[in-house]
Amino acid sequence: MKPGTRLKSAACDTEVMVIRSGSGAIECGGAPMGEAKPAEAAPLSAEFSGGTLMGKRYVDADGAFELLCVKPGKGSLAVDGKALVTKDAKPLPASD
Amino acid sequence: MNIALLLEMAAEAAPDRIGLVCDGKRWTYADLLAAARGAFELIEESGCSHVALLDESSEAAVIALFGAALAGVPYCPLNYRLPDQDLRALLGRIAPALIVGDEERISRLSGDTGHAIFSREEFTQKVQETAPAASDREYDPGEGIAVQLFTSGTTAAPKAAILRHSNLMSYILGAVEFASAEETDAALVSVPPYHIAGISALMSSIYAQRRIVMLPNFAPKAWVKLAVSEKVTNAFVVPTMLSRIVESLAPGEHTELSSLRAVAYGGGKMPLELIRKALDLMPHTGFTNAYGLTETSSTVALLGPDDHREAHAADDPKVSARLTSVGKPLPTIELEIRDEEGRVLPTGQPGEIYVRGDQVSGEYKERSALDAQGWFPTRDAGYLDEEGYLFLSGRADDVIVRGGENISPGEIEDVLLTYPAVADACAVAVPSAEWGEGIGIAVVVREGHPAPGEDDLKKLIRSRLRSSRVPDKVLFLKELPYNEMGKLLRREVKTLLAG
Repeated sequence: MKPGTRLKSAACDTEVMVIRSGSGAIECGGAPMGEAKPAEAAPLSAEFSGGTLMGKRYVDADGAFELLCVKPGKGSLAVDGKALVTKDAKPLPASD
Repeated sequence: MNIALLLEMAAEAAPDRIGLVCDGKRWTYADLLAAARGAFELIEESGCSHVALLDESSEAAVIALFGAALAGVPYCPLNYRLPDQDLRALLGRIAPALIVGDEERISRLSGDTGHAIFSREEFTQKVQETAPAASDREYDPGEGIAVQLFTSGTTAAPKAAILRHSNLMSYILGAVEFASAEETDAALVSVPPYHIAGISALMSSIYAQRRIVMLPNFAPKAWVKLAVSEKVTNAFVVPTMLSRIVESLAPGEHTELSSLRAVAYGGGKMPLELIRKALDLMPHTGFTNAYGLTETSSTVALLGPDDHREAHAADDPKVSARLTSVGKPLPTIELEIRDEEGRVLPTGQPGEIYVRGDQVSGEYKERSALDAQGWFPTRDAGYLDEEGYLFLSGRADDVIVRGGENISPGEIEDVLLTYPAVADACAVAVPSAEWGEGIGIAVVVREGHPAPGEDDLKKLIRSRLRSSRVPDKVLFLKELPYNEMGKLLRREVKTLLAG
């Protein structure tokens, strides 16, 4: 997946921008994400319904994937069924 | 990965929040995004290859930056202080462009080169009237060039430095947390729009949702007035601006700047005395020294507020010396010091600074300056101390090579500046029959002090450094030549010393 690609959730309003990606299926709310929204919404899986937050970056344990949430929604993000976590970077002082 | 996403996200999350204040007019994030989309329509219609700005800072800079990004056309702010002949050449290199700003000057200089020219008022008006033709506009995916900046060209014709969307986005996403600013936060932007810091300030502030307060034309009194009236919390200044602000403050007036939480500075060497004075005068303000270049999408290393306070209070000379360092590289940046053969040098040894990271473009329109492994030679000279703090010692090109020995002007200048009667100093290479290059110094005597003799200065340097650092030529000047960004013009000092 090319950096900069925008993916939409099939199960909620979430949209992400790919910053970095490895091999594996990117999912939201338990359903695969795609560049277009499917005609029929996928059901929101209870297991992946923690929600996404605008502007947060989500990563996998190996650091192969990094997604930026550009539109929040009710689903939560995963790769091949493994939940992603928010990337907590130490805040830098404003330098410009 | 289009930089327009920064504004789109701010407008999505907080459409009605004020994003920009300029000349008393207030713009919400939704206003700014709508105007940028209007600019997209104008840019598409014009068929231009560049979007240029020949103007002081205003809302037009924000609208043109993001409008150009949406259209996938490089944004190219020009230095309005350039003389006509230089500007004419640059206008020729970006034709056909959509240009916003000084209409009369642009038309006079560009003749019949097919530019579409708008005054600031006309542009700002038009972009607000021009609604997108369709609601489902396809905007540029941002795989190309976002910004093109002409370098100052002190040695040759200006080079067109290129910053891709991916470079700028890596910098912002790595350095700024989305919507991290309080609604009361405001950043005073007073650097000109054609400077990288003037561009990164717009993107950082918008992504953090920190209200931008623009001061189109820097003057110290106006800066303080605006900082007080808009309750500014953050500001970026170049050292000369800080010096003029500090000088202009009336006794007790600094207390009015109590909302000013953070001041970042960069773009030139900060005199030690000045930063100490500022730290004393504004005890509640956090100071950040930012080091970066156009080619690196702005900041690559910074010295934060805690480091400043710690160094300012320290007795240990190693710690207090950090007040003159530019701090540590950003977590997303790799940094090395290398010798002339490209070998990595150990701690403490001065050499050329190399950086690598996604935000580092190192690219010019004509060629890329990156090596095969993606490292960018900055042409800045410096060294790292044991704790990893970076110290700059001038441009690599400014190094004086005396009889095969490399001498950094900075070490001589730092010693000269410890002399009470010396207000400012500059060391450059002068031709020497014996050594190839010798050392020339230009010194400004502090007001109210008797001028030191040439021998006093030579003795001082001999006592503190090696005899090879003793100047062959000494010149006393009323002031040293600086450009408007506070960069010392060493070439001019060289010419004066040769004369």
